[in-house]
Amino acid sequence: MSTINLKETEVPVREVRLGSITGFEGTADELVRCSQAGTLKDSTRNFSQCMGCSSGNAFCQLSMIQDAAIINHGPVGCAGDFFTFNFTYRVGQMERNLPAVNGRYFNTNIEEKDTIFGAVEKLESTIRGVYERVKPNAILITTSCASGIIGDDVESVASSLSEELGIPVVACFCEGFKSKIWTTGFDAAYHSIVRKLVKPPKQKTNKVNIVNFWGSHIFDDLLRPLGFEPEYIVPFSTVKQLEHISEAVATIQICPTLGTYLGAALEQVYGVPEIKSPPAYGIAGTDTWLRELGKVLDREKEIEEVIIKEHIRVLPKIKEYQKQLKGKTAYLTAGAAHGHALIALLRELGLEVQGAAIFHHDPIYDNGDPASDALAHDVNTYGDIKNYNVCNKQAYELVNILNKVRPDIMIARHGGMTLWGAKLGIPTLLIGDEQFGFGYQGILNYAERILETLDNKEFVINLAKHSTMPYTKWWLEQSPFSFLRSDLDVKIY
Amino acid sequence: MSKFIEQPRYSCALGAQQSIVAIKRAVPILHSGPGCGTKINRLLGQGEGYAGGSTVPCTNASETEIVFGGEERLKSVIEGAFKVIDADLYVVLTGCTSDIVGDDIGQITGEFQTENKPIVYVETGGFKSNNYVSHETVVNAIIDQYVDKFSPDKSKIKRLVNVFASIPYQDPYWIGNLEEIKRILEGIGLSVNILFGEKSDGINEWKTIPNAEYNIVVSAWAGLGIAKHLENKYGTPYLHFPYLPIGAAETSKFLHQVAKNLNLEHHRVEYFIKQEEKRFYSHIERTADFMLEFRYGIPRRFYTILDASYAVGFSKYLLNELGIIPAKQFIVDDTPEEFQDSIRNEFQHISELRAAEVEFSIDAGAVQAKIKNDERKNRALILGSAWERDLAKEIGADLLIISVPVAYRLILNCGYAGYNGGLRVIEDIYDRVLDTYR
Repeated sequence: MSTINLKETEVPVREVRLGSITGFEGTADELVRCSQAGTLKDSTRNFSQCMGCSSGNAFCQLSMIQDAAIINHGPVGCAGDFFTFNFTYRVGQMERNLPAVNGRYFNTNIEEKDTIFGAVEKLESTIRGVYERVKPNAILITTSCASGIIGDDVESVASSLSEELGIPVVACFCEGFKSKIWTTGFDAAYHSIVRKLVKPPKQKTNKVNIVNFWGSHIFDDLLRPLGFEPEYIVPFSTVKQLEHISEAVATIQICPTLGTYLGAALEQVYGVPEIKSPPAYGIAGTDTWLRELGKVLDREKEIEEVIIKEHIRVLPKIKEYQKQLKGKTAYLTAGAAHGHALIALLRELGLEVQGAAIFHHDPIYDNGDPASDALAHDVNTYGDIKNYNVCNKQAYELVNILNKVRPDIMIARHGGMTLWGAKLGIPTLLIGDEQFGFGYQGILNYAERILETLDNKEFVINLAKHSTMPYTKWWLEQSPFSFLRSDLDVKIY
Repeated sequence: MSKFIEQPRYSCALGAQQSIVAIKRAVPILHSGPGCGTKINRLLGQGEGYAGGSTVPCTNASETEIVFGGEERLKSVIEGAFKVIDADLYVVLTGCTSDIVGDDIGQITGEFQTENKPIVYVETGGFKSNNYVSHETVVNAIIDQYVDKFSPDKSKIKRLVNVFASIPYQDPYWIGNLEEIKRILEGIGLSVNILFGEKSDGINEWKTIPNAEYNIVVSAWAGLGIAKHLENKYGTPYLHFPYLPIGAAETSKFLHQVAKNLNLEHHRVEYFIKQEEKRFYSHIERTADFMLEFRYGIPRRFYTILDASYAVGFSKYLLNELGIIPAKQFIVDDTPEEFQDSIRNEFQHISELRAAEVEFSIDAGAVQAKIKNDERKNRALILGSAWERDLAKEIGADLLIISVPVAYRLILNCGYAGYNGGLRVIEDIYDRVLDTYR
C-alpha cells in the first residue's frame, strides 16, 4: 500500500509507487500471478510511437472545475490540448443544462531565454494577470517538461501568490518525461486537490463521491432511493464542492486507473471509505460491487432487493443477446482498469475475446487491497485471456496483431486506435462515456451497440478497399513483439 | 502588454511536425517527451493523415534520457522507423527535453545520412519559436540535408516555380488553398511545385526545388525565410505576395504580378484571367439581387482574429468585393516586429477610400474582451476560431471559423484562396447568416 503524504509537493509516479508497467506479452493469468507475487518486471521497446503525457491527463481532471482558472506553465505547444478539453467541457455543459462558457485556460509561453534565466517571473506575472482577468476561486498550475528541467520553483511561487491573492494557487507537477504512464497525471491532479483544496471534514454528509470523467449521471437512480446524494467529481465540480469531499460517506470509482489515488487519499487522510471491489461490469462484477456498496452504506437489505429485481429484468435479455453474439470474436484496446471492465462485459455477452492491448498495468492500487484487481476478477470469473498485451498505445503493434487476428469487431477506448481496425475492414466501436457500460443496464447498452456495429460494415469495407498502409510489408509479417525487450520474470506457483 | 496567452491559436516550434505529415509519404520522428505529438495533433489537424498522429515514431523521453542523454534511444527509434514505417522521407525533430539536455542529434542522424538514407534532422525544441517560424526552419533543413544531396541536377527549368503559401494544418484550409493556387498558376502557363498535400508529387517534386526559375511566397511573413534561403543557395529570385489572394480582384492582381516577374506570354495569361473573372462575376451577378435585397439583416462590419496572411486577404476581399466594412482587426500569429509596419500599411490602404485599424496580440483572450467592449451599430461578422463561439453569440455576430482550433467544422478540401475560394467565402458567410433565421 502506498502511503499518502500530503507534505510532499509531488506524488511519486506510478512506476515507483505501484510498480506499474507498460510492456508485457503473455496471458492475463500470467500477468495476474506475477502482479500478486510481486515479481512483475517491465519491458521496454526499441521502437516506439507517440503516447500521451501526464500533463494532458492532469489538465483533463482540472480543466472542468467550474470556477477555477488553469495556467499551463510551458511553451505554447503544451497548450495544444486546451480546446479538446474545452469542447468536452462545453458538451458537458449542454448535458447538464449549464450556461455556455469557455474554460479559462492560460499558457505562460516559455521561450528560449526563459530556459536560461528561468521562467519564474513569467509565471508570477501570469498568475497576477489571470487573477485580474478572471477573478477565479482557485488557480491551478500544470507544469511542463521545460519548466521541470530548468528547475523553476513552481511550488514557492504558488504558495506566495496564494497568500498575496487570498485564493488557493496550487501547483500540479505533471512533467511529461517523468512517467511512461500518462495516468500518473490523474494522480498529480488529485494530489494537488487533496493537498490544497480539500478541507478537513466538519460533519459527515449523505454524499457519495463518484470519481469520474464527465460521464452520464447513472448513479442518481441507485443512490437517491437509498437516501444518498451522488457527488460527481472532479469535472463540473466547484472549488467549494471539492473543499467538502472529505465529508462524504463513501467514494465510488468508475475506474480505479482514474481514481486510485483520490480514493485512497480520501480514505487514508479523512477516513472516507472507498468501495474497493472492481467497478460494476458484468453480472458477477456488479453483484459483488453492489454488495460492498450496501455494506459500506449500511443498506445491505435494500441492495439485495435491487440485485434480485435487476437480475429478473436483465438476465433474460442477456440470454437473448448471447444467442445473437455467439461465436463472434473481439479484440480490445483500452486503458487498464476500464479495459478489464470491458473484457468482463464482452465475455458476459458471450463474445470470444481473442486478445487485448491494454495501455499499462497497475499490479496493485493505492488502497493496497488485492480485491481491487479487476483483471484477476476477469480471470477468476470468466477464465484466462490469451494474447494479453500491455502496450501503451503503440499502433504498430496493434496493426500487426489485428492483421493476424482479424476479429469480427474491435473495441477501442481511446482515440488514435480505431483507424487501424477500420483500415483492415474490421468494424470498430469506440464508446466515450465510461458509465455507458456500468452495472446491469450497461451490459444491455453495450450489447445493443456491438450488434449495431457488427451490422454496419459498409463504411469499413469501403475504406479498407481504398486505404493505404504506412507500415511496411516486412513489419506486418514479423511477430508483433519483435521490438519488445522482455525481461519479465514469470514465477508460476 | 501581457506576455501570457489565453486561447492559443498556434503551436510551438515542434508544431512543424505537421508540415512533415503534409508531405506525401513523409514521416516525422520525434525525439521529445511522450505527449508532444498528440498535443500538437489535437490543435493542428483533424485526422492523422498518412503517418501522423498515433503513427508518429517518438522516443518518448523519460527521466533516463534527461539524466543520461537520449542519443542511444534516438538511434534505436530511427532504426526501428526505417524498418516499420513505409515512407520516402524521415525527419527527426527534437522537443524541449532534448534541446535543453543538449543531445547531439546531428551526430546520430549523420550516421544514417552517411549511408544515404533519406533522413533529415532539425532542432525544434518547443521553446525555440512557434510553428510559423519553425516551418521555415524545417523546410530549409530538408532542402539543405536532403534535396541538395539527392537532386540530380540543379539547372533551371523554365516556367517551373516553387510555391510557399499556406502552412499545412496551421492553416486549416491548406489543402484547398494550395490546390487552388496550383490550379491558377498552371492556368497561366507555369509548372508548380506545391510541395505539400495530394496535388504534390512528394519527394520527387521536392528534388526539383533547385530547378525552379522562381519562388513565389504567398504569405505575410512566414515562408519568406525559405525564399531568401533559396535565393542565397541557388540564386533563385522570389516574388513576395504578402497576403492570401481571395476573390477575383486580388487573385487577378496576384497573377498579373507573377506574369510580370516571370515574363509570361501575355495572351495566355490574359485569356486565363479573363475566363476566370467572367466565371467568378457571373455567379456574383446572378445572385446580386438576392444579396442586395435580403432584408432581414446581414453583417455590415467584420472583425478578424487571424494570422496576418488571412487578415489582410479577407479584409481586402470582404471590403472591396462584398462591401462589408472592417472593424478593428486583430492579428494573433506573433508577427515578428520587422514585418508589422508593412502589414499596418496594408490596412492603412485597405481600399481607395478607407483605412482599418489593426492590433498585434498573441493573447486572444484579451482580444475577445476588446471586441466585446467595442461599440457596434450593426450586425457583425467574426472571422476567428472555435474559441469565438460564445463571443459571437453574445454580440449577435455571425462566426466563420478560419483559424485553429476549428472544432465546429470538418474540413476536407474547402479552401478560400483564389477565384474558387472567393465564391466559397460568399457561400459560407450566407450559409451562416441564413441559418440564423427560423
